[in-house]
Amino acid sequence: MADTNVPARSGPERPRVGDLLRPFRDYRLLAWTWVRSAAQYPLSMILMSLAVAVSVLTQAGAVIILFGHAGSLSGFTVYEGLMVFALAASAFGIADLFIGSVERLGRHIRTGSLDAMLIRPVSPLIQLAADEFSPRRLGKVVPALVLLGVSLAGADIEWTVAKALLLPTMLLSGVLICGAIWVITACLQFFVADAREAANTLTYGGQALSEYPLAIYGAEIVRSVTYVVPLAFISWQPALFVLDRSDPLGMPEGLRYAGPFVAVLLCVCAALAWRFGLRHYRSTGS
Amino acid sequence: MRVHLAVYARGLRRHSTYRAATAAGALTNAVFGAINAMVLLSVFEARPQINGYDAGDAVTQVFVGQMLLTVTMVISVAPSLDLAEHIRTGEIATDLLRPLSLQGWWLSQDLGRATFGLLFRGAPVFAVGLILFDATLPGGVGDALAFLVSVALAALVGFGLRYLYSLSGFWILDTRGVWMVTGLIGPIAAGMLLPLALFPTAIGDTLRLLPWASMVQIPTEILLGKDTLPGGGAFGGLALQAFWAVVLLALGAWLSTVATRRVVVQGG
Repeated sequence: MADTNVPARSGPERPRVGDLLRPFRDYRLLAWTWVRSAAQYPLSMILMSLAVAVSVLTQAGAVIILFGHAGSLSGFTVYEGLMVFALAASAFGIADLFIGSVERLGRHIRTGSLDAMLIRPVSPLIQLAADEFSPRRLGKVVPALVLLGVSLAGADIEWTVAKALLLPTMLLSGVLICGAIWVITACLQFFVADAREAANTLTYGGQALSEYPLAIYGAEIVRSVTYVVPLAFISWQPALFVLDRSDPLGMPEGLRYAGPFVAVLLCVCAALAWRFGLRHYRSTGS
Repeated sequence: MRVHLAVYARGLRRHSTYRAATAAGALTNAVFGAINAMVLLSVFEARPQINGYDAGDAVTQVFVGQMLLTVTMVISVAPSLDLAEHIRTGEIATDLLRPLSLQGWWLSQDLGRATFGLLFRGAPVFAVGLILFDATLPGGVGDALAFLVSVALAALVGFGLRYLYSLSGFWILDTRGVWMVTGLIGPIAAGMLLPLALFPTAIGDTLRLLPWASMVQIPTEILLGKDTLPGGGAFGGLALQAFWAVVLLALGAWLSTVATRRVVVQGG
């Protein structure tokens, strides 16, 4: 029979394009349910978004006041300083929007809701990240992106095609780096349940650190946030690249192109940390 | 009074059970203090004097702020006094049955929490500031005493404000909006975001008179012996703090009686 030539039906082991996209679809579905739930209280949602937006603008105000007093910091003018701030705030804001909820892992472990996630047919990391997805976090992202636009327009930049193409790539790498740091620090809570606040030193502390031109912190700190916790690729190196500035601390010029590679590497580390943590997870019991 | 002391002691002990969380919190405060201090140091390197503040003053203010953070809870974007939640859930009924005033109960408990926080979270953070950034210590025994009184008054002001935020729950049930808005204003007006000396003079001088400044800015100026304090010295600063503590607590006591008269506990 002719049918014998037809290859056997592909088994479950053969991945299809649809399967690769499945985590994203799951995420979208879960996030959308949370958006709809938040939309039941529209006034509250709008007010909270506004409050978050105002807090970002306050931070930016502090940057402007400080640069106003100093004139320039590490050779960065107000607009250039604002650009560093906006790059950091955008990257952390976008990462927080999509994956910031993972920092509540400790609570899920304590209350046992992680166990419920483990028996559902969706990756627990996706469920954790989409948990309580809140459009109000856009209150962080939108003003940061607006500030980025304003500062890019105000700063003295010689635009080239390469810069226009690479800047979004670097912003995306920054987002991935922030997200990976969020996941890695959350994994600590598999082992130390109370570690959430210590993890904040890396997540929110990392944001606070990268909101200013890194050179002001001195060579040792810049070296450790380049090679150990790669925060330097979120705002500092992209800023040096866009402004055609040579590194004031004399670190290799090539570093400014390394962001995307660092981001991929760190995401792999985050995935491994998550697997390792989950494998060592023991439920708190009933 | 004995009951108040007992509640105070329980508040202190209750928080002493969370040791890992306390250590993690101290680490966080120290790291944020260090980052803010380095930013300010670089600004003062470019311009050594800003409105009477120098680098040492600014760094001291950063670490006084981080030390008193856990005492005054000046940055609370979410309810940081369980009272708010008790009003929402109706547990307030139990609080009203206690043999002491509503405010007295929560004040004693919160001061216990603040004392524990100051000793085991605040003091180590300030020590980091002393060692790594040369933060200023009080000049003599008198100055040290004035600073300690100022810290105690800061704790009272911090409680007074948060008690009022929570009491608003009797009227609007969900106080999260109130906390969010005050959580935005608080850190700016307290001198936590930046020392008030760095703001334009008119704004800085106005903010200095508001209750939030009594939680960071005024204690710092007392520690540094600044003449920008009202009356030009530590005594004026303490008087301003005492004024706000009395006003806020009196307002709290009065609103408690108004609120409890109209309370209807929902459910069975």
